[in-house]
Amino acid sequence: MDESINLVLFSGTDDKLQAAAVLTAGAAALGKPVNVFLQYWALDAFRVGRIDRDHGLAPEAGAEGKDHVEALRIAGQASWAETLRQAKELGGVDIQACSLSMDLLGIEQTDLDALVDGVEGVTAFYLNAGEGQLVFI
Amino acid sequence: MDTLEVKIPPAIDAKVDARGLSCPMPIVRTAQAIKTIASGALVEVLATDPGSLKDFTAWCRSTGNELVEQSADGTVYRFVIRRK
Repeated sequence: MDESINLVLFSGTDDKLQAAAVLTAGAAALGKPVNVFLQYWALDAFRVGRIDRDHGLAPEAGAEGKDHVEALRIAGQASWAETLRQAKELGGVDIQACSLSMDLLGIEQTDLDALVDGVEGVTAFYLNAGEGQLVFI
Repeated sequence: MDTLEVKIPPAIDAKVDARGLSCPMPIVRTAQAIKTIASGALVEVLATDPGSLKDFTAWCRSTGNELVEQSADGTVYRFVIRRK
């Protein structure tokens, strides 16, 4: 079996989530198993009803960066949520919410979008990651 | 007796129009489409993402599907891939 790609998503801004979604979809297209672990502000962005809203950009984007991102969106770039949906359709993508972050933000599993497969702790995440590569965004 | 050799272009079994789509959607759409065709069948992809040249080569090498044809017409790239 191919080695897994394991992404820890921490940031909840649209640019970082977009980058993470692109990495996820690319790995899924290669047939690699992908484990995505949602922490803190990334998890907050996956709340049902909020997922397709504007989550802003990282501070380093600035005004010019905002224009670039907007231009890509107008040109028809899929949103990060849509990119993740397509990645999941390819198979091999598992998205888990960090249980500590659930407590921190007062989130129940029913508050999360259907993209999220379940809730786990960091130990389960590492165990599933095995010897695969780890990316933190 | 001489035999007449006629080159018939290979029949395309699936087409992916990924023109205007940004990375990684051309590859994602192709990965989806190739699942719908039989082993040995061909998929044709049109893409405008400049990264697709290297991406399709790498994707084929990694997945074992064969990149049969690759060409460019202006800013549009065309790939023909045979399913493993």
